[in-house]
Amino acid sequence: MRPIHPGFVRVTHWLTALAFLALLVTGVEVILSHPRFYWGEVGNVNLAPLFTLPVPASRESVPTGYAVLPDQNGWSRSLHFLAAWLSIATGLAYVFIGWRKRHFGERLVPASADRSWSAIRASIVGHLTGGAAALGDPASYNVLQRLAYLVVVFVLFPLMIWTGLAMAPAFTAVMPISVELLGGRQSARTLHFVITGALCAFVAVHLVMLAIAGFRVRVRAMVTGAPEASR
Amino acid sequence: MNPITRRSLLAGGVVAAGAALTAVGRRLGLVPPDARGPWAAGSTLTYAAHRLFGRHATAREFPKSMVSAKPFANTVAPPTEAFLAHQAANFLTWRLDVQGHVDRPQQFSLADLRAMEVRSQVTEVACEEGWSYIAEWTGTPLAAVLRACGVRPTAKYLVYWSSDPNWWDSIDIDEAMHPQTLMTWGMNGADLPVPFGGPLRIRVPRQLGYKSVKYIDRLLVTDSVAGLGDGTGGANYASGYSWYAGI
Repeated sequence: MRPIHPGFVRVTHWLTALAFLALLVTGVEVILSHPRFYWGEVGNVNLAPLFTLPVPASRESVPTGYAVLPDQNGWSRSLHFLAAWLSIATGLAYVFIGWRKRHFGERLVPASADRSWSAIRASIVGHLTGGAAALGDPASYNVLQRLAYLVVVFVLFPLMIWTGLAMAPAFTAVMPISVELLGGRQSARTLHFVITGALCAFVAVHLVMLAIAGFRVRVRAMVTGAPEASR
Repeated sequence: MNPITRRSLLAGGVVAAGAALTAVGRRLGLVPPDARGPWAAGSTLTYAAHRLFGRHATAREFPKSMVSAKPFANTVAPPTEAFLAHQAANFLTWRLDVQGHVDRPQQFSLADLRAMEVRSQVTEVACEEGWSYIAEWTGTPLAAVLRACGVRPTAKYLVYWSSDPNWWDSIDIDEAMHPQTLMTWGMNGADLPVPFGGPLRIRVPRQLGYKSVKYIDRLLVTDSVAGLGDGTGGANYASGYSWYAGI
Protein backbone atom coordinates (compact mmCIF):
# COMPACT_ATOMS: atom_id res chain seq x y z
CA MET A 1 0.00 0.00 0.00
CA ARG A 2 1.36 3.44 -0.90
CA PRO A 3 2.51 5.27 2.25
CA ILE A 4 0.42 8.28 3.25
CA HIS A 5 3.60 10.33 3.61
CA PRO A 6 6.54 9.63 1.27
CA GLY A 7 9.86 8.70 2.85
CA PHE A 8 11.58 12.00 2.11
CA VAL A 9 8.68 13.91 3.72
CA ARG A 10 8.87 11.81 6.87
CA VAL A 11 12.64 12.13 7.26
CA THR A 12 12.75 15.88 6.60
CA HIS A 13 9.69 16.47 8.78
CA TRP A 14 11.31 15.01 11.89
CA LEU A 15 14.72 16.54 11.21
CA THR A 16 13.06 19.93 10.82
CA ALA A 17 10.99 19.40 13.96
CA LEU A 18 14.18 18.59 15.89
CA ALA A 19 16.05 21.57 14.45
CA PHE A 20 13.09 23.89 15.14
CA LEU A 21 12.89 22.75 18.76
CA ALA A 22 16.62 23.43 19.22
CA LEU A 23 16.35 26.80 17.45
CA LEU A 24 13.35 27.83 19.55
CA VAL A 25 14.81 26.88 22.94
CA THR A 26 18.20 28.44 22.20
CA GLY A 27 16.54 31.46 20.58
CA VAL A 28 14.49 32.13 23.72
CA GLU A 29 17.70 31.81 25.73
CA VAL A 30 19.45 34.40 23.57
CA ILE A 31 16.48 36.79 23.83
CA LEU A 32 16.83 36.69 27.61
CA SER A 33 20.18 38.47 27.36
CA HIS A 34 18.36 41.51 25.98
CA PRO A 35 14.55 41.18 26.13
CA ARG A 36 13.95 44.53 24.41
CA PHE A 37 13.13 45.01 20.74
CA TYR A 38 13.80 48.05 18.58
CA TRP A 39 13.17 49.19 15.05
CA GLY A 40 15.61 50.66 12.52
CA GLU A 41 19.39 50.22 12.58
CA VAL A 42 20.51 50.67 16.21
CA GLY A 43 19.11 49.90 19.64
CA ASN A 44 20.47 49.57 23.18
CA VAL A 45 19.41 50.26 26.78
CA ASN A 46 20.04 53.98 26.24
CA LEU A 47 17.39 54.09 23.52
CA ALA A 48 13.61 53.69 23.75
CA PRO A 49 12.55 50.21 22.63
CA LEU A 50 9.61 49.38 20.41
CA PHE A 51 8.52 46.93 23.09
CA THR A 52 9.97 45.09 26.07
CA LEU A 53 9.22 41.51 27.11
CA PRO A 54 8.08 41.28 30.73
CA VAL A 55 10.74 38.68 31.59
CA PRO A 56 13.97 38.70 33.58
CA ALA A 57 17.22 39.20 31.69
CA SER A 58 20.47 37.26 31.92
CA ARG A 59 22.55 40.43 31.90
CA GLU A 60 22.75 43.06 34.64
CA SER A 61 22.96 45.79 32.04
CA VAL A 62 19.27 45.38 31.12
CA PRO A 63 17.06 46.69 33.93
CA THR A 64 13.97 44.47 34.17
CA GLY A 65 12.99 44.72 37.81
CA TYR A 66 13.58 40.98 38.17
CA ALA A 67 16.62 39.07 39.41
CA VAL A 68 19.37 38.45 36.87
CA LEU A 69 19.25 34.98 35.29
CA PRO A 70 22.39 32.89 34.70
CA ASP A 71 24.02 33.59 31.35
CA GLN A 72 23.62 30.70 28.89
CA ASN A 73 24.39 32.54 25.68
CA GLY A 74 27.59 30.71 24.79
CA TRP A 75 26.33 27.20 24.11
CA SER A 76 22.89 28.56 23.12
CA ARG A 77 24.33 30.54 20.24
CA SER A 78 26.55 27.66 19.10
CA LEU A 79 23.64 25.20 19.15
CA HIS A 80 21.39 27.78 17.48
CA PHE A 81 23.68 28.08 14.47
CA LEU A 82 24.32 24.33 14.29
CA ALA A 83 20.54 23.74 14.22
CA ALA A 84 20.22 26.52 11.63
CA TRP A 85 22.63 24.70 9.32
CA LEU A 86 20.65 21.47 9.88
CA SER A 87 17.34 23.13 9.05
CA ILE A 88 18.77 24.76 5.92
CA ALA A 89 20.29 21.50 4.65
CA THR A 90 17.08 19.61 5.43
CA GLY A 91 14.91 22.30 3.86
CA LEU A 92 16.97 22.33 0.67
CA ALA A 93 16.79 18.52 0.45
CA TYR A 94 13.02 18.62 1.00
CA VAL A 95 12.45 21.29 -1.65
CA PHE A 96 14.78 19.64 -4.19
CA ILE A 97 13.42 16.12 -3.77
CA GLY A 98 9.88 17.45 -3.55
CA TRP A 99 10.32 19.33 -6.81
CA ARG A 100 11.75 16.24 -8.51
CA LYS A 101 8.90 14.06 -7.26
CA ARG A 102 6.23 16.65 -8.09
CA HIS A 103 5.27 16.66 -4.42
CA PHE A 104 4.27 20.33 -4.27
CA GLY A 105 2.08 20.40 -7.36
CA GLU A 106 0.28 17.19 -6.49
CA ARG A 107 -0.05 17.39 -2.74
CA LEU A 108 0.49 20.93 -1.50
CA VAL A 109 -0.97 23.28 -4.08
CA PRO A 110 -4.74 23.42 -3.45
CA ALA A 111 -6.83 21.23 -5.79
CA SER A 112 -8.58 23.20 -8.53
CA ALA A 113 -11.95 22.66 -6.86
CA ASP A 114 -10.61 24.37 -3.72
CA ARG A 115 -9.16 27.45 -5.34
CA SER A 116 -11.99 29.76 -4.36
CA TRP A 117 -12.93 31.82 -1.33
CA SER A 118 -16.12 29.78 -0.87
CA ALA A 119 -14.12 26.54 -0.70
CA ILE A 120 -11.75 28.03 1.87
CA ARG A 121 -14.67 29.43 3.89
CA ALA A 122 -16.35 26.03 3.82
CA SER A 123 -13.19 24.37 5.10
CA ILE A 124 -12.86 26.90 7.94
CA VAL A 125 -16.49 26.33 8.96
CA GLY A 126 -15.96 22.58 8.72
CA HIS A 127 -12.90 22.81 10.97
CA LEU A 128 -14.70 24.90 13.54
CA THR A 129 -17.88 22.81 13.70
CA GLY A 130 -17.37 19.29 12.40
CA GLY A 131 -14.50 17.84 14.42
CA ALA A 132 -12.73 14.72 13.12
CA ALA A 133 -15.57 13.87 10.73
CA ALA A 134 -14.99 17.06 8.74
CA LEU A 135 -11.33 16.39 8.11
CA GLY A 136 -11.87 14.33 4.99
CA ASP A 137 -9.43 11.93 3.34
CA PRO A 138 -6.48 11.16 5.65
CA ALA A 139 -4.31 10.50 2.60
CA SER A 140 -4.73 14.02 1.22
CA TYR A 141 -4.15 17.40 2.86
CA ASN A 142 -7.27 19.63 2.99
CA VAL A 143 -7.12 23.13 1.54
CA LEU A 144 -6.34 24.88 4.86
CA GLN A 145 -3.52 22.42 5.53
CA ARG A 146 -2.13 22.98 2.06
CA LEU A 147 -2.16 26.75 2.39
CA ALA A 148 -0.67 26.62 5.89
CA TYR A 149 2.15 24.27 4.88
CA LEU A 150 2.94 26.29 1.76
CA VAL A 151 3.16 29.48 3.84
CA VAL A 152 5.37 27.79 6.45
CA VAL A 153 7.72 26.18 3.89
CA PHE A 154 7.96 28.96 1.33
CA VAL A 155 7.32 32.14 3.32
CA LEU A 156 7.94 31.80 7.07
CA PHE A 157 11.04 29.57 7.07
CA PRO A 158 12.79 31.58 4.32
CA LEU A 159 11.96 34.80 6.22
CA MET A 160 13.51 33.32 9.37
CA ILE A 161 16.68 32.54 7.44
CA TRP A 162 16.74 35.99 5.81
CA THR A 163 16.16 37.93 9.05
CA GLY A 164 18.70 35.72 10.81
CA LEU A 165 21.42 36.26 8.21
CA ALA A 166 20.61 39.99 8.19
CA MET A 167 21.90 40.12 11.78
CA ALA A 168 25.26 38.65 10.78
CA PRO A 169 27.88 41.35 10.16
CA ALA A 170 29.83 38.94 7.94
CA PHE A 171 26.77 38.28 5.77
CA THR A 172 25.62 41.88 5.52
CA ALA A 173 29.17 42.77 4.47
CA VAL A 174 28.71 40.50 1.44
CA MET A 175 25.06 41.43 0.85
CA PRO A 176 24.16 44.73 2.55
CA ILE A 177 20.81 44.89 0.78
CA SER A 178 19.65 41.92 2.88
CA VAL A 179 19.45 44.14 5.95
CA GLU A 180 18.72 47.44 4.17
CA LEU A 181 15.52 45.99 2.70
CA LEU A 182 14.31 45.08 6.19
CA GLY A 183 14.91 48.58 7.55
CA GLY A 184 18.10 47.95 9.48
CA ARG A 185 19.71 45.54 11.91
CA GLN A 186 17.24 46.04 14.75
CA SER A 187 14.28 45.72 12.38
CA ALA A 188 15.73 42.37 11.24
CA ARG A 189 15.99 41.30 14.87
CA THR A 190 12.44 42.30 15.70
CA LEU A 191 11.08 40.60 12.58
CA HIS A 192 13.05 37.46 13.44
CA PHE A 193 11.21 37.43 16.79
CA VAL A 194 7.76 38.20 15.35
CA ILE A 195 8.01 35.47 12.69
CA THR A 196 9.11 33.04 15.40
CA GLY A 197 5.79 33.85 17.05
CA ALA A 198 3.95 33.04 13.82
CA LEU A 199 5.77 29.70 13.56
CA CYS A 200 4.95 28.88 17.18
CA ALA A 201 1.28 29.66 16.48
CA PHE A 202 1.45 27.29 13.51
CA VAL A 203 2.97 24.52 15.67
CA ALA A 204 0.29 25.01 18.33
CA VAL A 205 -2.53 24.73 15.78
CA HIS A 206 -0.73 21.80 14.11
CA LEU A 207 -0.59 19.87 17.39
CA VAL A 208 -4.25 20.61 18.22
CA MET A 209 -5.34 19.44 14.77
CA LEU A 210 -3.36 16.23 15.19
CA ALA A 211 -4.98 15.63 18.56
CA ILE A 212 -8.45 16.08 17.05
CA ALA A 213 -7.66 13.79 14.13
CA GLY A 214 -6.13 11.09 16.34
CA PHE A 215 -2.61 11.88 17.58
CA ARG A 216 -1.15 8.37 17.70
CA VAL A 217 -2.47 7.36 14.29
CA ARG A 218 -1.28 10.56 12.59
CA VAL A 219 2.16 10.42 14.21
CA ARG A 220 2.55 6.79 13.24
CA ALA A 221 1.68 7.72 9.67
CA MET A 222 4.44 10.35 9.73
CA VAL A 223 6.95 7.81 11.07
CA THR A 224 6.18 4.62 9.14
CA GLY A 225 3.99 5.99 6.38
CA ALA A 226 1.10 3.70 7.39
CA PRO A 227 -1.63 4.77 9.83
CA GLU A 228 -2.04 1.28 11.31
CA ALA A 229 0.73 -0.93 12.61
CA SER A 230 1.17 -3.71 10.06
CA ARG A 231 0.03 -7.10 11.28
CA MET B 1 31.97 -14.50 6.60
CA ASN B 2 29.96 -11.27 6.69
CA PRO B 3 28.99 -10.04 3.23
CA ILE B 4 29.60 -6.35 2.53
CA THR B 5 26.14 -4.86 2.48
CA ARG B 6 25.20 -1.83 0.40
CA ARG B 7 24.32 -0.01 3.60
CA SER B 8 27.72 -0.59 5.16
CA LEU B 9 29.46 0.53 1.94
CA LEU B 10 27.37 3.70 1.95
CA ALA B 11 28.09 4.38 5.63
CA GLY B 12 31.79 3.74 5.10
CA GLY B 13 31.77 6.00 2.07
CA VAL B 14 30.15 8.84 4.01
CA VAL B 15 32.73 8.57 6.80
CA ALA B 16 35.61 8.47 4.30
CA ALA B 17 34.19 11.44 2.40
CA GLY B 18 33.82 13.35 5.66
CA ALA B 19 37.44 12.68 6.61
CA ALA B 20 38.66 13.68 3.15
CA LEU B 21 36.59 16.88 3.15
CA THR B 22 37.95 17.83 6.57
CA ALA B 23 41.55 17.28 5.43
CA VAL B 24 40.98 19.38 2.32
CA GLY B 25 39.19 21.99 4.42
CA ARG B 26 42.14 22.32 6.74
CA ARG B 27 44.56 22.76 3.84
CA LEU B 28 42.36 25.50 2.37
CA GLY B 29 42.09 27.36 5.71
CA LEU B 30 38.39 26.64 6.06
CA VAL B 31 38.52 25.03 9.50
CA PRO B 32 38.54 27.33 12.55
CA PRO B 33 40.84 26.60 15.52
CA ASP B 34 37.86 25.83 17.76
CA ALA B 35 36.55 23.00 15.54
CA ARG B 36 36.20 20.48 18.37
CA GLY B 37 33.42 19.24 20.61
CA PRO B 38 29.69 19.24 19.87
CA TRP B 39 29.64 22.59 18.03
CA ALA B 40 32.48 21.77 15.63
CA ALA B 41 30.30 21.11 12.56
CA GLY B 42 28.32 24.33 12.93
CA SER B 43 31.28 26.60 13.62
CA THR B 44 33.23 25.01 10.74
CA LEU B 45 30.38 25.43 8.24
CA THR B 46 29.96 29.07 9.25
CA TYR B 47 33.68 29.89 9.08
CA ALA B 48 34.12 27.98 5.78
CA ALA B 49 31.22 29.92 4.26
CA HIS B 50 32.94 33.17 5.23
CA ARG B 51 36.32 32.03 3.87
CA LEU B 52 34.78 30.90 0.59
CA PHE B 53 32.34 33.74 -0.07
CA GLY B 54 33.08 36.68 2.20
CA ARG B 55 36.81 36.93 2.76
CA HIS B 56 37.21 40.36 1.18
CA ALA B 57 33.78 41.82 1.84
CA THR B 58 33.53 45.20 3.58
CA ALA B 59 31.43 45.81 6.67
CA ARG B 60 28.69 48.39 6.20
CA GLU B 61 29.83 51.97 6.74
CA PHE B 62 27.28 54.65 7.55
CA PRO B 63 26.99 58.41 7.03
CA LYS B 64 28.19 60.49 9.99
CA SER B 65 24.58 61.57 10.55
CA MET B 66 23.86 58.05 11.79
CA VAL B 67 26.42 58.13 14.60
CA SER B 68 24.50 57.18 17.76
CA ALA B 69 24.03 60.01 20.23
CA LYS B 70 23.73 57.36 22.94
CA PRO B 71 26.23 54.53 22.51
CA PHE B 72 26.45 51.85 25.18
CA ALA B 73 29.43 50.21 26.79
CA ASN B 74 29.28 46.95 28.71
CA THR B 75 30.88 47.11 32.13
CA VAL B 76 34.23 45.36 32.23
CA ALA B 77 36.37 44.04 35.06
CA PRO B 78 37.85 46.77 37.29
CA PRO B 79 41.16 48.05 35.93
CA THR B 80 44.46 46.60 37.13
CA GLU B 81 46.98 48.62 39.12
CA ALA B 82 49.13 48.81 36.01
CA PHE B 83 46.24 50.21 33.96
CA LEU B 84 45.48 52.82 36.60
CA ALA B 85 49.13 53.88 36.55
CA HIS B 86 49.00 54.31 32.75
CA GLN B 87 45.77 56.27 33.09
CA ALA B 88 47.35 58.57 35.68
CA ALA B 89 50.17 59.21 33.18
CA ASN B 90 47.60 60.09 30.47
CA PHE B 91 48.56 56.86 28.72
CA LEU B 92 51.93 58.34 27.66
CA THR B 93 53.43 55.12 29.07
CA TRP B 94 51.11 52.80 27.11
CA ARG B 95 52.92 50.48 24.68
CA LEU B 96 51.65 48.14 21.99
CA ASP B 97 54.10 45.22 21.84
CA VAL B 98 54.27 43.32 18.51
CA GLN B 99 56.03 39.94 18.39
CA GLY B 100 56.10 36.70 16.41
CA HIS B 101 56.38 36.01 12.68
CA VAL B 102 57.60 39.55 11.87
CA ASP B 103 60.99 40.79 10.69
CA ARG B 104 61.05 43.74 13.12
CA PRO B 105 59.34 43.03 16.45
CA GLN B 106 58.89 46.33 18.28
CA GLN B 107 56.79 48.45 20.59
CA PHE B 108 54.62 51.40 19.63
CA SER B 109 53.48 54.24 21.83
CA LEU B 110 50.14 55.90 21.14
CA ALA B 111 52.04 58.83 19.65
CA ASP B 112 53.86 56.41 17.31
CA LEU B 113 50.52 54.97 16.18
CA ARG B 114 48.93 58.39 15.66
CA ALA B 115 51.87 59.38 13.45
CA MET B 116 51.25 56.45 11.11
CA GLU B 117 48.45 56.07 8.57
CA VAL B 118 45.11 57.24 10.01
CA ARG B 119 41.72 55.84 9.10
CA SER B 120 38.27 56.93 10.24
CA GLN B 121 35.26 54.73 9.68
CA VAL B 122 31.63 54.93 10.80
CA THR B 123 30.67 51.35 11.65
CA GLU B 124 28.24 49.55 13.92
CA VAL B 125 29.09 47.66 17.08
CA ALA B 126 26.74 44.68 17.27
CA CYS B 127 26.86 42.80 20.55
CA GLU B 128 25.97 39.12 20.70
CA GLU B 129 23.36 40.10 23.28
CA GLY B 130 21.40 41.78 20.48
CA TRP B 131 21.97 45.51 21.01
CA SER B 132 23.96 47.80 18.75
CA TYR B 133 25.14 51.36 18.15
CA ILE B 134 27.05 53.27 15.48
CA ALA B 135 30.15 55.35 16.12
CA GLU B 136 32.98 56.96 14.21
CA TRP B 137 36.15 55.05 14.99
CA THR B 138 39.53 56.59 14.28
CA GLY B 139 42.82 54.76 14.47
CA THR B 140 45.72 53.06 12.76
CA PRO B 141 44.85 50.26 10.36
CA LEU B 142 46.25 47.07 11.86
CA ALA B 143 47.63 46.28 8.40
CA ALA B 144 49.82 49.41 8.65
CA VAL B 145 51.14 48.33 12.04
CA LEU B 146 51.92 44.85 10.75
CA ARG B 147 53.56 46.13 7.57
CA ALA B 148 55.77 48.40 9.70
CA CYS B 149 56.91 45.26 11.54
CA GLY B 150 57.34 43.23 8.33
CA VAL B 151 54.81 40.38 8.47
CA ARG B 152 56.28 37.08 7.25
CA PRO B 153 54.41 34.90 4.73
CA THR B 154 54.20 32.14 7.38
CA ALA B 155 51.73 34.27 9.37
CA LYS B 156 48.27 32.69 9.70
CA TYR B 157 46.79 34.30 12.83
CA LEU B 158 47.00 37.54 14.73
CA VAL B 159 46.61 37.12 18.49
CA TYR B 160 45.80 40.10 20.69
CA TRP B 161 45.83 40.59 24.46
CA SER B 162 44.07 43.09 26.66
CA SER B 163 45.73 44.63 29.70
CA ASP B 164 43.02 42.68 31.53
CA PRO B 165 45.04 39.46 31.91
CA ASN B 166 42.24 36.96 31.10
CA TRP B 167 40.99 38.72 28.01
CA TRP B 168 42.59 37.70 24.74
CA ASP B 169 41.42 36.57 21.33
CA SER B 170 42.64 36.09 17.75
CA ILE B 171 41.66 36.57 14.13
CA ASP B 172 43.00 35.02 10.94
CA ILE B 173 45.67 36.98 9.10
CA ASP B 174 43.28 38.01 6.28
CA GLU B 175 41.00 39.61 8.86
CA ALA B 176 44.02 41.28 10.48
CA MET B 177 45.15 42.76 7.16
CA HIS B 178 41.63 43.81 6.16
CA PRO B 179 41.43 47.59 5.64
CA GLN B 180 38.66 48.00 8.23
CA THR B 181 40.48 46.23 11.06
CA LEU B 182 41.56 49.17 13.16
CA MET B 183 43.82 49.76 16.17
CA THR B 184 41.41 52.39 17.43
CA TRP B 185 42.45 55.35 19.58
CA GLY B 186 39.72 57.85 18.70
CA MET B 187 35.91 57.78 18.92
CA ASN B 188 33.45 60.38 17.62
CA GLY B 189 36.16 63.01 17.15
CA ALA B 190 37.75 62.70 20.59
CA ASP B 191 40.16 60.30 22.33
CA LEU B 192 38.68 56.83 22.77
CA PRO B 193 37.09 56.91 26.24
CA VAL B 194 38.15 54.21 28.70
CA PRO B 195 34.67 52.62 28.98
CA PHE B 196 34.70 52.12 25.21
CA GLY B 197 38.18 50.59 25.22
CA GLY B 198 40.55 53.51 25.55
CA PRO B 199 43.42 54.08 25.12
CA LEU B 200 43.57 51.35 22.43
CA ARG B 201 40.98 48.94 21.16
CA ILE B 202 41.03 46.56 18.22
CA ARG B 203 37.93 47.04 16.09
CA VAL B 204 36.86 44.10 13.88
CA PRO B 205 33.63 45.40 12.31
CA ARG B 206 32.93 42.29 10.21
CA GLN B 207 32.42 40.26 13.37
CA LEU B 208 30.36 40.70 16.52
CA GLY B 209 31.51 43.01 19.29
CA TYR B 210 33.19 40.45 21.50
CA LYS B 211 36.08 40.16 19.03
CA SER B 212 36.76 43.91 19.40
CA VAL B 213 38.73 43.54 22.61
CA LYS B 214 39.49 46.64 24.70
CA TYR B 215 42.78 47.90 26.19
CA ILE B 216 45.11 46.14 23.71
CA ASP B 217 48.77 46.14 24.70
CA ARG B 218 50.18 43.06 22.99
CA LEU B 219 50.01 41.48 19.53
CA LEU B 220 51.45 38.16 18.37
CA VAL B 221 51.72 37.19 14.71
CA THR B 222 51.78 33.39 14.50
CA ASP B 223 51.28 30.39 12.25
CA SER B 224 49.30 28.44 14.84
CA VAL B 225 47.20 29.14 17.92
CA ALA B 226 47.33 25.51 19.05
CA GLY B 227 49.87 26.23 21.77
CA LEU B 228 47.99 29.13 23.36
CA GLY B 229 45.47 28.55 26.13
CA ASP B 230 43.24 25.61 25.21
CA GLY B 231 44.27 25.87 21.57
CA THR B 232 40.97 27.30 20.34
CA GLY B 233 42.35 30.77 19.57
CA GLY B 234 40.91 32.62 22.52
CA ALA B 235 39.08 32.46 25.81
CA ASN B 236 35.67 32.06 24.11
CA TYR B 237 35.42 28.30 23.68
CA ALA B 238 35.38 27.63 27.40
CA SER B 239 32.12 29.62 27.63
CA GLY B 240 30.67 28.06 24.50
CA TYR B 241 31.13 31.06 22.20
CA SER B 242 32.64 30.43 18.78
CA TRP B 243 36.05 31.80 17.75
CA TYR B 244 34.65 33.08 14.48
CA ALA B 245 31.98 35.67 15.28
CA GLY B 246 30.74 36.61 11.81
CA ILE B 247 27.22 35.67 12.92
